[in-house]
Amino acid sequence: MTEFLFKVLKPGLQTTIQDLGRTGYQQYGISPSGAMDPYSLQMANLLVGNPLHEAGLEATMLGPSLEAMTDVSVAICGGNLQPMVNKKKVSMWKSFVFKKGDILSFGKVESGTRAYIGFAGGIDVPLVLGSKSTFINGAMGGFNGRALEAGDIVHGRPFVRKNRFLHKEFIPEYNAQLVIRVILGPHLEKFHPDAIKRFLSNEYTISPQSNRMGFRLEGPELGHIGGADIISDAIPAGGIQVPSNGQPIILMAERQTTGGYARIATVISVDLPLLAQAMPGTKIGFAEITIKEAQELYRKQRKLFNVLSIVSR
Amino acid sequence: MEFKISPLGDVAVVLSFGNEINERTNRQIQLFVSKLEIEKIRGIIEWVPAYTSLTIYYQPEMIAYESLKAELEKVSLSPGESKSDRKFVYEIPVCYGGEWGVDLAYVADYHGMEKQEVIDIHANREYLIYMMGFMPGFPYLGGLPEKLAVPRLEKPRQSVVPGAVGIGGNQTGIYPADVPSGWRIIGTTPVTLFSPEKEEPFLFGSGQYIKFVPISEEQFLTIKQMGDTYEVKRIEKR
Repeated sequence: MTEFLFKVLKPGLQTTIQDLGRTGYQQYGISPSGAMDPYSLQMANLLVGNPLHEAGLEATMLGPSLEAMTDVSVAICGGNLQPMVNKKKVSMWKSFVFKKGDILSFGKVESGTRAYIGFAGGIDVPLVLGSKSTFINGAMGGFNGRALEAGDIVHGRPFVRKNRFLHKEFIPEYNAQLVIRVILGPHLEKFHPDAIKRFLSNEYTISPQSNRMGFRLEGPELGHIGGADIISDAIPAGGIQVPSNGQPIILMAERQTTGGYARIATVISVDLPLLAQAMPGTKIGFAEITIKEAQELYRKQRKLFNVLSIVSR
Repeated sequence: MEFKISPLGDVAVVLSFGNEINERTNRQIQLFVSKLEIEKIRGIIEWVPAYTSLTIYYQPEMIAYESLKAELEKVSLSPGESKSDRKFVYEIPVCYGGEWGVDLAYVADYHGMEKQEVIDIHANREYLIYMMGFMPGFPYLGGLPEKLAVPRLEKPRQSVVPGAVGIGGNQTGIYPADVPSGWRIIGTTPVTLFSPEKEEPFLFGSGQYIKFVPISEEQFLTIKQMGDTYEVKRIEKR
C-alpha cells in the first residue's frame, strides 16, 4: 500500500525522480529522460531489493535534505555528495535503515556529480507514458513534472530489509581526467579528416553550461565540410554534435529526440555513467573502439546486473 | 527499397534512404516501418522516422549489430501489408489572425497580399508530417507554398501559446506547448495535440497529413471549452 515516504526540507540544486527512462515515444518527440548515470541507479535499486528499473532520486552536486516519514531501507550510489543521517556521515554503496524522523542531508561534493538514492519499495508517482522519470523541459513525469521543492511529500511502498553492501570491485572511480570511448559517425563526411584526428587526439573540457540535456565541451575547433547543418535525424544518448562554432556538445539523458547538427561520434553505453559523473572542468579525451568491442562491454555489464539481481534476492 | 545501414553508437542503427527531402523517400521510410511492425525483430525497442532516415533503437544483449543488420536487410524484402499503411488527413481547426495570430498582418504585408489571401493559401491544403521531434508532439510539415515563406523573427519570442500555428522560413507547423519561438504566428488551434494521460496520447504521427481549417473566434472558444471531448475529423487519404 502506498504511504508517506519522506518530506523535502531542502530541495538541493536539482533533485528529480528518475528511472531508466521513457521508451517507445521518441518518434513523437518525447525525450527518454531517465537517470544520467543508470549504473548507479540500478546498483542502488539492487542494494535495497528493488527491480533494476525502479525509480529513485537523482541529486545533482548540492544534495537535498529529506525527513523520513516511515522506516525504509535506503542506499545511496554514484557521486559522493557526502550523505549524512542526522548529521552523521553514512556510507555510500551500502544500504541502511532510514528511520521515521531521521534527516538525510548532504555536504560538499567529494567525487562525482550525481548521487542516486534508492528506497526499498520505490517511489510512488504515476507512470506517465510508461515511466516515472521527470522530463523537466516537457513538464512531464516524476513529481508533478518538476524537480523536488521544499515541502513536497513523496509517497512510496516502503519496506525494511537486511543491510547489504556492494563489493569494492563494482564501485567506479570518478577522476578529473577521463578517456571516453566512442564509435565514430554517423556524419563523418561532414568533417575535415584532420577534424576527426583532432577530436581523437586532444582533450576537451566540460563547460559549466552543461545539464541533463547535454554537456558542452571546450577545446580545439572541429571544422566542417559544407557547414554544420544536416537534414534533421534522431539523436541517441551520447551523440556528439558539432555546431558551426566547432565546439562539441554531448547529448545526454534529457536530449531532444532529433537534431540538425552534424555528429562526429557516439559515446558507448558503458561509458555514459562515468561521463554523467564528470564535473564541469573535467578534461576528456576520446578513444575510438569498434561496435563489436562496445557491445561485448555492454553485454558484460548486463550480465553483471543479472547475476547481482539473482544473488541479492 | 534502397538504404544504407550504419551503426549509431552501440544501441542504435540508422538506415539512410537518401539525402533529399521528398514525399517518395518519406513513403519508403513509412513502408519500412510498416514492415518492422509486422516482422517484430527480437531486441528492437523503438524507432524514429526522420526526413531521410530511420533510426532503430535495440538491446545489444538480445541481438548484436551484425545480426540486426542482416535481419533488417531481410525485412526490406518482405512484402509488407497495405492495411498498416493507411494514411489519414487530420483536419486541424485554426482561428487565424487577431490576438490568435498576431503576425498574420506581417505575413500579408510582406507578400503584398490581403490577410484573407494568406489564410486561403495556408488552409485547405494537405501538409505531410515528415517527422516529429524537437518537443513532444511537434510535427515537421512539408508542403508550405513558397509564396508564403517569411523570415523568422530576429529576436525569438519568449513563448508562444500552445496550439500556435506559425511560419518560419519555408516551414510551417503547430506548437503543442508553450516554447520560445522565432516563427511568425498566424493563428492558433484550440485542439490539444498531446495529452499524456489519454490512451492515445498523440493526435497524429509521421507519415500522416494535416489540413488546416479556418474557424471563427466563437468556434475557437467553443472547441476550447469542449476540451478532450472535441474529436478531430480525419479523412482517409487515397
